[in-house]
Amino acid sequence: MNQPIELQKDETFVLNVGPQHPATHGVLRVKMTMDGEYIYDAETVLGYIHRMHEKMAENRTYPQYMPNMGRLDYLSAMAFNHGYALVVERACAIEVPERAEYIRVLTVELNRISSHLVWLGAFVMDLGGFTPLMYCFDDREQILDLLESVTGSRLTYCYFRFGGLYNDIDDDFITGTRAFITRMRKELKMYAKLVTGNIILQKRLIGHGPIDKDMCQRYGATGPVARGSGINYDVRKNEPYSVYPEFDFDIPVYDECDSFARYMVRMDEMEQSLRIIEQALDKLPDGPVNPKKKPKIIKPPAGDYYAAVETARGNFGIRMVSDGTKNAYRLKLRSPTYSNMHLFDEACRGMLISDALAFMGSLDLVIPEMDR
Amino acid sequence: MSIQETTRQALSEFFPEKPVTIDPVPEPESEEAEDGKKKQKDTPRENGIIVQDYSMKGFHLDAQINPDQLVRAAEILFKLGYYIESITGVDWIKEGQLEAVYDFSRYDFDLCRVAVRVRIPRDNPILPTLTGVYTGANWHERETHEFFGIQFDGHPHLIPLLLPEDADFHPLLKDFKA
Repeated sequence: MNQPIELQKDETFVLNVGPQHPATHGVLRVKMTMDGEYIYDAETVLGYIHRMHEKMAENRTYPQYMPNMGRLDYLSAMAFNHGYALVVERACAIEVPERAEYIRVLTVELNRISSHLVWLGAFVMDLGGFTPLMYCFDDREQILDLLESVTGSRLTYCYFRFGGLYNDIDDDFITGTRAFITRMRKELKMYAKLVTGNIILQKRLIGHGPIDKDMCQRYGATGPVARGSGINYDVRKNEPYSVYPEFDFDIPVYDECDSFARYMVRMDEMEQSLRIIEQALDKLPDGPVNPKKKPKIIKPPAGDYYAAVETARGNFGIRMVSDGTKNAYRLKLRSPTYSNMHLFDEACRGMLISDALAFMGSLDLVIPEMDR
Repeated sequence: MSIQETTRQALSEFFPEKPVTIDPVPEPESEEAEDGKKKQKDTPRENGIIVQDYSMKGFHLDAQINPDQLVRAAEILFKLGYYIESITGVDWIKEGQLEAVYDFSRYDFDLCRVAVRVRIPRDNPILPTLTGVYTGANWHERETHEFFGIQFDGHPHLIPLLLPEDADFHPLLKDFKA
């Protein structure tokens, strides 16, 4: 376990983890100063996949910028779509039909499960177990097929429109989703037996990677990282948007502050997402998916606007400054892993390198979203 | 008392003589769309605290303060349980000013989003660092530094974060030419 050892500055060497390393899940580099196998200090180096999405927003019209949202967080692109649609709808006061809101929630939650499944597979693979990855990708495949049938793409979705959606869902999607819910409930029980109960997994996670409440507040950590530290914070509940208040679901919170708590939060979240999807299918109203009245050219009145949504990784916020023209004057993307990863430098001090990589996996990193 | 009211009162120590403006009349939109160069808005906004309409704007309190009050404001917000969401800049090139916007929010059901703004001259943009209060301001300030060229006094490691380490350009300034 984590015994406090005295690390010595004069006996260190620098170890480069990444930017091309399977454990960093993308092009992330961590410069670790090591004392033997213990980390003395770490410095995260970002920017290997930086594309300046914020400048692109100033050069494109509002609808033209929507596809960029799928390129930020490639695992939960739908929630990023939602965030951008929300801020523009708020600025232009566009009403969204009820059916569109339900389908939005439905697709966002499906996307959240698929994102967590990739995380689960990759995370367990980080810890040395290869088999769960295959099961996870099999289940995720079902979601991708469902979403492909309505959105036309498998990963980088651009499904939302200001005020509505690209197209309506059909009966095949509804029956397919219902079948998926039954299947996924069984699979989650299987994961609990196969992965959660595994003694090796528990020994590598329980008690490792501590992040306390104070650290979360200082760094602005959100999402499963904050909820694994006993903070009951989920934008879907704390700052309800869309039709989330109409659903009955719980926010899993664990007080242990370790990697296992973050693991459990995500596993429970998949169950809660299934509950939301089921209710959304039951309550799905009839009607159009696009508003009757909608401005032809999107020109939000001057001023600045903010909208936040809960993505699979935490609080995604957009601050939009408009000057009344067709392009945004300034658009700031506040991505969740950016803040979640920031605390790694401080939290990993004194850890064994193998524990630190397990800890990094429990933060659920998506690098394109950090680098933007 | 709701947290919004508590925060507003705590922050009003910066504006001893000014009463709080509540939900200002929206600026006239028609005239500025046509002649963007000669609109009256070119005069910079004065310091003060505005209670925004949440359903319209997406945040509750909007405070503009002086650069030397920034660290004190962060300390007040930290004590009230706010976490730092982001730091960003806006380049108001027509007014010759840069604006830094600090977004704060809370882990609570008593909801309040606060935006703290600071305006600084464009030719000499220097701000104090918040890393002493919010450790997480580190990366946000580095990002604002590389994108806008704002200097953060006292920052421990002010080198480019997302841009290449030898980058000497500031891409989000409005006069940046690629």
